[in-house]
Amino acid sequence: MDGTIASPELMNSGAEALLRALKAQGVDVIFGYPGGAVLPIYDAIFQQNEIKHILVRHEQAAVHAAEGYARSTGKVGCVLVTSGPGATNAVTGLVDALMDSVPLVCLCGQVPTHLIGNDAFQEADTTGITRPATKHNYLVKKSEDLVRVVHEAFLVARSGRPGPVLIDLPKDILIAPASYREPSQTQHRSYRPRTEPDARRIDEAVALLKRAERPVIYAGGGVVNAGPEASRLLTEFTRLTGFPITNTLMGLGAYPASDPLFIGMLGMHGTYEANLVMHGCDVMLNIGARFDDRVTGRLNAFSPNSKKIHADIDPSNINKTVPVDVPIVGDALATLKALIAAWKKDATPVNKNALAQWWGQIDVWRSKNSLGFHQPRDRGSIIKPQYAIQQLYKATRGRETYITTEVGQHQMWAAQHFKFEKPNHWMTSGGLGTMGYGLPAAMGVQVAHPDALVVDIAGEASILMNIQEMGTLAQFRLPVKVFILNNQYMGMVRQWQELLHGGRYSSSYSEALPDFVKLAESFHAVGLRAETVDDLDRVIAEMIAVDKPVIADICVDQAENVFPMIPSGAAHNQMLLGPGNQDGSGPAVTNEGMALV
Amino acid sequence: MSDTNLRSATISVLVENESGVLARVIGLFSGRGYNIDNLTVAPVERDGSKSRITVVTQGTQMVIEQIKAQLDRLVPVYKVLDLSEGPHLARELALIKVIGTGEKRAEALRLADAFRARVIDATTESFTFELTGATDKLDAFLDLMRPIGLAEVSRTGVAAIARGVKTIS
Repeated sequence: MDGTIASPELMNSGAEALLRALKAQGVDVIFGYPGGAVLPIYDAIFQQNEIKHILVRHEQAAVHAAEGYARSTGKVGCVLVTSGPGATNAVTGLVDALMDSVPLVCLCGQVPTHLIGNDAFQEADTTGITRPATKHNYLVKKSEDLVRVVHEAFLVARSGRPGPVLIDLPKDILIAPASYREPSQTQHRSYRPRTEPDARRIDEAVALLKRAERPVIYAGGGVVNAGPEASRLLTEFTRLTGFPITNTLMGLGAYPASDPLFIGMLGMHGTYEANLVMHGCDVMLNIGARFDDRVTGRLNAFSPNSKKIHADIDPSNINKTVPVDVPIVGDALATLKALIAAWKKDATPVNKNALAQWWGQIDVWRSKNSLGFHQPRDRGSIIKPQYAIQQLYKATRGRETYITTEVGQHQMWAAQHFKFEKPNHWMTSGGLGTMGYGLPAAMGVQVAHPDALVVDIAGEASILMNIQEMGTLAQFRLPVKVFILNNQYMGMVRQWQELLHGGRYSSSYSEALPDFVKLAESFHAVGLRAETVDDLDRVIAEMIAVDKPVIADICVDQAENVFPMIPSGAAHNQMLLGPGNQDGSGPAVTNEGMALV
Repeated sequence: MSDTNLRSATISVLVENESGVLARVIGLFSGRGYNIDNLTVAPVERDGSKSRITVVTQGTQMVIEQIKAQLDRLVPVYKVLDLSEGPHLARELALIKVIGTGEKRAEALRLADAFRARVIDATTESFTFELTGATDKLDAFLDLMRPIGLAEVSRTGVAAIARGVKTIS
């Protein structure tokens, strides 16, 4: 693109113009499912080779697959679904992408313009339904708008705080000839997200950080979204300061987990040291995180004595739940560059003595080993889920490994025990908490990285929510590994019932689970099972070695809970620790706390 | 900043005049649990390309700041201006139908005169008044009309603009 606007060129059909626009936007793969309203697009896809189409088994999975693709590559994911049920099935995926700021463009069929509003077959008010489920959406009513809207959708999806954008495409628009134009370099009329931070705020932030006695850097998914260079700069800045750093669930991998300055994930199931550092710090630098309720615990007890600096690309995240002292609106990459420059320019030395004392305290907290667990090694011993993750991590070290998860206990154990050194290698549903995310997301990751090892760490309940995608894995020869921590319970529900509802396990036990080995085989995949600790390493090794999709059914301890845990409505310094590491019985949960999710 | 005092805010939003834009703004308020006390919308550019939405809402200072930030990040929004942060003018128009005869009818007319309401329709047993002014002036007039035959009212909601040279664009 040289900035000149070529004169429009008339294409035979809207569908052809659409595909050309997708190619111009760098799309090389679409995840989708056909239907009446999108047949013209499928016909155009059939007649070209540049864009590959991955046929999923359910539209929700198409969106999660595109999320996995987007989050592991930094590119915009592309989805194609038909009208009516195709669109409504996609909604969960769209909200998931909205909550976790994943750039997507979802192309959606619609009944022809003259039938809109008539309750036609497979008609739904898709733009109405998806308005709060997307960053923005469009209904193309005129052929001349089609290509402009597609280019604009990609701009909106990837710029500012990324998110899903939906384009509703009536069938007549796809059939009628449409003019094609290259993307223009002109600015959007009304949408101009701010990316460069205010220099004065950066100086204020550095002044606070230099004087800090008990600082912490709290980095989230915004750093991952800003690209690998932002993670590199985060590492550089943190080492420059010598401050402790914690990552959110979405931010894992933004800072290398093996680095001594890393104090682990924070929040509801974060480490003892990370949460106590957050509680006791005097200066907090939040970069690319949003003070989510899983992170803050009880708001009025959250980090009560700290000055807070909050850098976020989305101004609406600042002062939303936690009032901050220094707001910085900007992209994480630009902000980190500015912070590093300002830090180097400011000659004030850091308070070395205070910092040494702070690290001394952190080491005491660390020595609690809050993620510790005991795995009995006698023959026939039951597998601890944490141990299964640890052994998986050991077996995959040194390989290019991508991890996705479903939602629940296994997700938290994966976050705690799998160590991420690089960004974009960890895909999990953080904001929406969508069970059924992991398998399709892994599919999308594998499409983007055909030679990498892609593992979906799953629970036996979550995996059944999108199990049909085993068919997609077989059809497209995607050797995704599904690593099920099978405790026969919706484990996180069971844990809350044990801790908060008097052990009344209402509807959290899955009777009549399938035989996952046979299930894998019926989907042309390999099924493996580990029943005791003696089987585990062999099953993991075999799972990695097989060049086919695999379901590894790991039978784990049914009674295991995720610790540490900040119970609902409690503060960071009121964590429950695991058995054998308890200070007491922990805080009582108030009625107010019981109402929280 | 953990202040719990509610304040009223009059917020003007300049938007691209595209289909669904009003639904986006209203959906944002209902979806996030903000109040809309009243709302007006109409195109304001000669070519009809931009509309101005004026929302009167209530919340703590933190909530109002949040409402403005949320509005500002909508793709078709050009500009968000919190008029209540400075001197501004706010006017509403109401059409008010009063039904009655005899002394009540005469009283209605006298009060209308005092409020500078215009009679825009009259029959032997009714008046329809047109009244423009700030919201509290309209409220006061309606309170007076209630015991003497107020039958129906139609209000536009608030149109507002900053005093002096300050503009939204």
